[in-house]
Amino acid sequence: MENLLRRIGGRTLGRFQTLGRATIMWIQAMGWIPKTGEWSLLIRQVYSIGVLSIVIIGLSAFAIGAVLALQFYTQLSRFGAEDAVGAGLALVLLRELGPVVTGLLFAGRAGSAITAEIGLMKTTEQLSIMEMMGVDPLRRIVAPRLWGGIISMPLLTAIFNMVAIYGGVVVGVQWLGADAGGFWSGMQSAVEPLEDIGKGMVKAAIFALVVTWVAVFQGYDCEPTAEGMGLATTRTVVTSSVLILAIDFFLTLLMYGDF
Amino acid sequence: MRMGTIEISVGAFVLAGIIAVLFLIVQVSGINFSEADTSYTVTARFDDVAGLRPRAKVSMAGVNLGRVRAISVDTTYGEAIVEMEIDGEPGNLSADTSAKILTEGILGARYIGLSPGSEEDTLKDGSEITETQGAIVLENLIGQFLTSLGKD
Repeated sequence: MENLLRRIGGRTLGRFQTLGRATIMWIQAMGWIPKTGEWSLLIRQVYSIGVLSIVIIGLSAFAIGAVLALQFYTQLSRFGAEDAVGAGLALVLLRELGPVVTGLLFAGRAGSAITAEIGLMKTTEQLSIMEMMGVDPLRRIVAPRLWGGIISMPLLTAIFNMVAIYGGVVVGVQWLGADAGGFWSGMQSAVEPLEDIGKGMVKAAIFALVVTWVAVFQGYDCEPTAEGMGLATTRTVVTSSVLILAIDFFLTLLMYGDF
Repeated sequence: MRMGTIEISVGAFVLAGIIAVLFLIVQVSGINFSEADTSYTVTARFDDVAGLRPRAKVSMAGVNLGRVRAISVDTTYGEAIVEMEIDGEPGNLSADTSAKILTEGILGARYIGLSPGSEEDTLKDGSEITETQGAIVLENLIGQFLTSLGKD
């Protein structure tokens, strides 16, 4: 009995310690303002986090837009409501699928890379060497990655939405033959700039915070062994995916719920 | 990769993101930047607006004339007060213009259709359209149909 209680207590305290360490690291790193020589660090991170993710984001966006248009069209044409295809497509993408799918892909593509990179630096003791040289790894390594992710993710989401809507146009209008006028006017009367686009972007920014935080911390806190690194990378993808889905539900409830 | 190439591709990426946001705002939400130019407000009372929303179209003969700005309810008379924004200078609609709530297609959105009147006086900013016909609500129609069946 005593052993069980001790184990539960130890686990709980351990979790809170981890959370505390993560929060302290995050607060210290987020306060980073690049000095004149440090902008290149940030640009390099936006490159490896954002630019290199464009291909996978674009491909998945096109596929998702095309499939959505196909599904909407086949169901709605039974009621003669093909004009609602554009509205349904745009609302689903802007409010939910855009930020969520971009977030999940972002966690898999960029988050895992960040964790592996920082984990390897820790395993090969590069981080300790930096500290010895008087370079703060939080400023040099962690902060540019956090900010790079926070800058890239909303931009990626916007690109995702644009490409997905284009995919919907290709399938719905050009292939299946929904009327282009009804498609666009239905979409335009349904979508509100702040209510749909703005709130979707807020979601994207929040997911970016969560994913980069998890990724950086898992790398920074991983056990400095080959096994620990692998574990940390897996944990990044799993934790941030679950967090995105859970947070998305509550954000939707807050933003669009009726209360 | 050299720093120069990285900077160029990051610049292109940021630009692509901004273009995407602009595309979403302009093409997808169809925001109309010129709408604030000249417009005036008229109101109308309906016995039922059933599903009419702010920003719904106001049209005459199928052509857009403006949009619904706000909808409120007068609880004393049980009527809905709809505030409409009509594009252009006051003077393009006669004072006895009538307003109807119509539906686009069978499942489409509600909008307001105006039909011209014959008076020479025109609607001014803030005046009220008196001749109105509310939305047709399916349940009421069925109810009327059933009572008229019962009479025979």
